[in-house]
Amino acid sequence: MSLRIVVCVKYVPDATGDRRFAEDLTTDRESVDGLLSELDEYAVEQALQISDEADDAEVTVLTVGPEDANDALRKALSMGADKAVHVEDDDLHGTDALGTSLVLAKAIEKTGYDLVICGMASTDGTMGVLPAMLAERLAVPQVTLLSEVSVDGGKVTGRRDGDTATEQLEAALPAVVSVTDQSGEARYPSFKGIMAAKKKPVESLDLDDLDIDGDDVGLEGAWTAVDDAAERPARTAGTVVKDEGEGGKQLATYLAEQKFI
Amino acid sequence: MAEVLVYVDHVDGAVRKPTLELLTLARRLGDPVAVHLGPGAEDAAKVLGEHGAVKVLAADAAEFADYLVAPKVDALQAAYDAVSPAAVLVPSSAEGKEVAARLAVRIGSGIITDAVDLAAGDEGPVATQSVFAAGYTTKSRVTKGTPVITVKPNSASPEPAPAAGAVEQLAVSFGEQATGTKVTSRTPRESTGRPELTEAAIVVSGGRGVNGAENFHVIEALADSLGAAVGASRAAVDAGWYPHSNQVGQTGKSVSPQLYIAAGISGAIQHRAGMQTSKTIVAVNKDAEAPIFDLVDYGIVGDLFQVVPQLTEEVKTRKG
Ligand SMILES: Cc1cc2nc3c(=O)[nH]c(=O)nc-3n(C[C@H](O)[C@H](O)[C@H](O)COP(=O)(O)OP(=O)(O)OC[C@H]3O[C@@H](n4cnc5c(N)ncnc54)[C@H](O)[C@@H]3O)c2cc1C
Ligand SMILES: Cc1cc2nc3c(=O)[nH]c(=O)nc-3n(C[C@H](O)[C@H](O)[C@H](O)COP(=O)(O)OP(=O)(O)OC[C@H]3O[C@@H](n4cnc5c(N)ncnc54)[C@H](O)[C@@H]3O)c2cc1C
Repeated sequence: MSLRIVVCVKYVPDATGDRRFAEDLTTDRESVDGLLSELDEYAVEQALQISDEADDAEVTVLTVGPEDANDALRKALSMGADKAVHVEDDDLHGTDALGTSLVLAKAIEKTGYDLVICGMASTDGTMGVLPAMLAERLAVPQVTLLSEVSVDGGKVTGRRDGDTATEQLEAALPAVVSVTDQSGEARYPSFKGIMAAKKKPVESLDLDDLDIDGDDVGLEGAWTAVDDAAERPARTAGTVVKDEGEGGKQLATYLAEQKFI
Repeated sequence: MAEVLVYVDHVDGAVRKPTLELLTLARRLGDPVAVHLGPGAEDAAKVLGEHGAVKVLAADAAEFADYLVAPKVDALQAAYDAVSPAAVLVPSSAEGKEVAARLAVRIGSGIITDAVDLAAGDEGPVATQSVFAAGYTTKSRVTKGTPVITVKPNSASPEPAPAAGAVEQLAVSFGEQATGTKVTSRTPRESTGRPELTEAAIVVSGGRGVNGAENFHVIEALADSLGAAVGASRAAVDAGWYPHSNQVGQTGKSVSPQLYIAAGISGAIQHRAGMQTSKTIVAVNKDAEAPIFDLVDYGIVGDLFQVVPQLTEEVKTRKG
């Protein structure tokens, strides 16, 4: 029996660029180049490893995002995923977490799955809630924030390094998994992979295909509203001194002035 | 006055500081009702009451420890049904965010995560978030349903406000999803005796410049002289010099202490994402061009192996 893996990947503005908000207080996608969220590369990597171990598996990468988000899919395909699904619709602009989870869940159900793999968080919204929301919507176990993951005999197991303890988790498939950046370095696409990706199928879906009402998504349909976004004022330039042998003592004096000692 | 649910983060009834901060913020919105899951409710109730909880809804069951997240969502939903609150506040821990996320889906409510401040507004609570690696400060609201908001540690200082805090048992019936993800083993993290990283008033972090696990004692000694927590950059963690649980940054812990001291850390955007909201930032780095110096209130260009031990000695002397 084949193992159907769906990997959620997000197209995000490059964190090393000058990220801003647009006038409608959504993410400005013009000011900075976009790319596949680096934390989703770990999800693709684990999907590929699980697929290699399985007798017969298929890895589908899924994104909800504008036309450019196709770049994120291509990157994942060039790493080795088999096919892609792109949910794209003008009405999606400004969708929040609840809306995104609704669209992703419907797209995952339509695609068919045994295992959903996500990154631990996106590098833009950084909420880290989508995997749990997907488990809730799909009514399957959540096996999240894993630093180690394996799939065998219809079960997924993994290690979760929590705040106060390290846990070993186990759930029956189908399930939603998220993996951390401790799960193992992601592979680089090879030249062959990049060439092969050009021929791989990308299915495009819109809200009608998913039976989603436009009123439930987008800026208007959002469950949350951003009323104000202010650029952080530049920090007033601090004091920077060169150590001439007394640096530690000077620092101690500063800390004492600030009442830390 | 409206009631506000506050989800309690605790270890066997020892309430963690972020929950007391939440109670303080909750009082701006209404009467805090604490939700305590697992053992130790009677112990917890005392401190929760002292910080403003008008009552404590408590439930204990093996499911909370034996299965991941979902049983806690069932319980929080039962509390939500019992109280019809004006808002639900949850600490922004990894698990807290997941519990909040699933509750939001179930009750059809919007969710805001990682708030750093909360205020009452005409149209419900207004949450302040620090986003894009603290490059922007936003103000947001939940527009549909009951606001579910997770709040970062160190967003408020806990203020005592005596209230009844009487424990009431909460009846929970677990749904089919509750037992989906089994916790087959749990190894508690060994305590270092140092403050919890996310809660500490002072954090001292070391990076690649520390150059080896055997040198981290230099960072630890400074931390201990200041009563601080120890942090590390991802470069130091990836090299195996310090545990991942101490990593500060986008994929590690997000800290917001009164004082953050970075030694041998360059200040990459992903590191900044986890510490840029610290009140006072100090850095020691031998490279005057290191981006961390753009953030500092006070910086020393120098060798950390000279500067940090000298600082440690001086702190000890001054503290007598
Ligand atoms: C700065 C900022 C702050 C925000 N704050 C809020 C808020 O408080 N409340 C709110 O409701 N919305 C918020 N949003 C909107 C939210 O980020 C998007 O709705 C988003 O797609 C889902 O949240 P996330 O990216 O933070 O997901 P996370 O939960 O951090 O993402 C986890 C994983 O889910 C998957 N995933 C997430 N989005 C997609 C996608 N579009 N396509 C495919 N896979 C995906 C990826 O695998 C990702 O690694 C915010 C957005 C920004 C830019
Ligand atoms: C998706 C993603 C997530 C990430 N998440 C995180 C995260 O959560 N946290 C994090 O920290 N990073 C994170 N990173 C990594 C981040 O980009 C940087 O690589 C990392 O922060 C660098 O660590 P560093 O500053 O210790 O090392 P370097 O950048 O190598 O800097 C070392 C510094 O030490 C100085 N130095 C060397 N010797 C001495 C000495 N004797 N005395 C004084 N100074 C000295 C050097 O001048 C240099 O500035 C992430 C990266 C990605 C792509």
